[in-house]
Amino acid sequence: MSIDTAPKMTWWNRLAHPGQFVAWTRPLLWPLAILTIALFALGLWFAFFNSPADYQMGDTVRIMYVHVPTAWLSQFVYATMALSALGTLVWRHPMADVSMKAAAPLGAAFTAMALYTGSLWGRPTWGTFWEWDGRMTSTLVLLFIYLGIVALWRAFDDQLRAARVVAIFTLVGAVNIPIIKFSVDWWSTLHQPASVFTPEGPKMPLSILMPLLVMFFAFTFLFATLQLLAMHTEVRRRRIATLERRLAQGAGR
Amino acid sequence: MIGLGAHAEFIVAAYAGVFAGLALLVGWTLGAAYLTRRRLDSLGERERDRSARP
Repeated sequence: MSIDTAPKMTWWNRLAHPGQFVAWTRPLLWPLAILTIALFALGLWFAFFNSPADYQMGDTVRIMYVHVPTAWLSQFVYATMALSALGTLVWRHPMADVSMKAAAPLGAAFTAMALYTGSLWGRPTWGTFWEWDGRMTSTLVLLFIYLGIVALWRAFDDQLRAARVVAIFTLVGAVNIPIIKFSVDWWSTLHQPASVFTPEGPKMPLSILMPLLVMFFAFTFLFATLQLLAMHTEVRRRRIATLERRLAQGAGR
Repeated sequence: MIGLGAHAEFIVAAYAGVFAGLALLVGWTLGAAYLTRRRLDSLGERERDRSARP
């Protein structure tokens, strides 16, 4: 009789191996990309050809179909980073800091787009591009946090050390997410309160909700596609760093 | 396509800006992936040459 002492290879353990992670997730890239393109095509058709003008905002409601998904992603990407930060600090999962690093520039881009579309929507509806109220200011702070995280990653040569510092910074910055979410309830603001994710359900007609949901999924699948691709690139970058070190040591002998 | 009303320029600017941003983001991600893969392939070749040397 023998005692099996080898650790069991669960899917979690397998995902911890960067090579396995790339091999397992590479087949997802094309289906995700095709689904994203199809959803964008459908969403744009709904947005411009098959949705009505709003009774109050008129045609400017069409800006919502790009503003809400980018604003949702600005927070969702940060939540992904905060979960990955926990993965780095608590479980020391090797792919967690890869995920954290890959997501930061994507989150910054979506936040910048949310601010841009929000100000373009604000001018015709509120009469101003910008107002220093809770929602807009906290979203601008989120953009600065993202940029700070991107800069922090670049400030370290040792990416494992960088991961711990960035993880702590990311978790501290996560306090801004509930502030963004509830700012419209806590403070007097020009920004409208939540109208999709409410306890009573969406507060808009199906003809406007439908294009919004399609664009929401299009942007979310785009993030998933880019995140996977960026994670694969980061795994390869680390392999490059290892190979360069090995070649330099070989040349020195 | 439907008419975009009195504020058409804001709607067009929002969509143009977002899709230009997305094109940049996709291009940057694909470009980084391509360059990294090429660099890894060339380093892999150098590594193979080195280990094949007596």
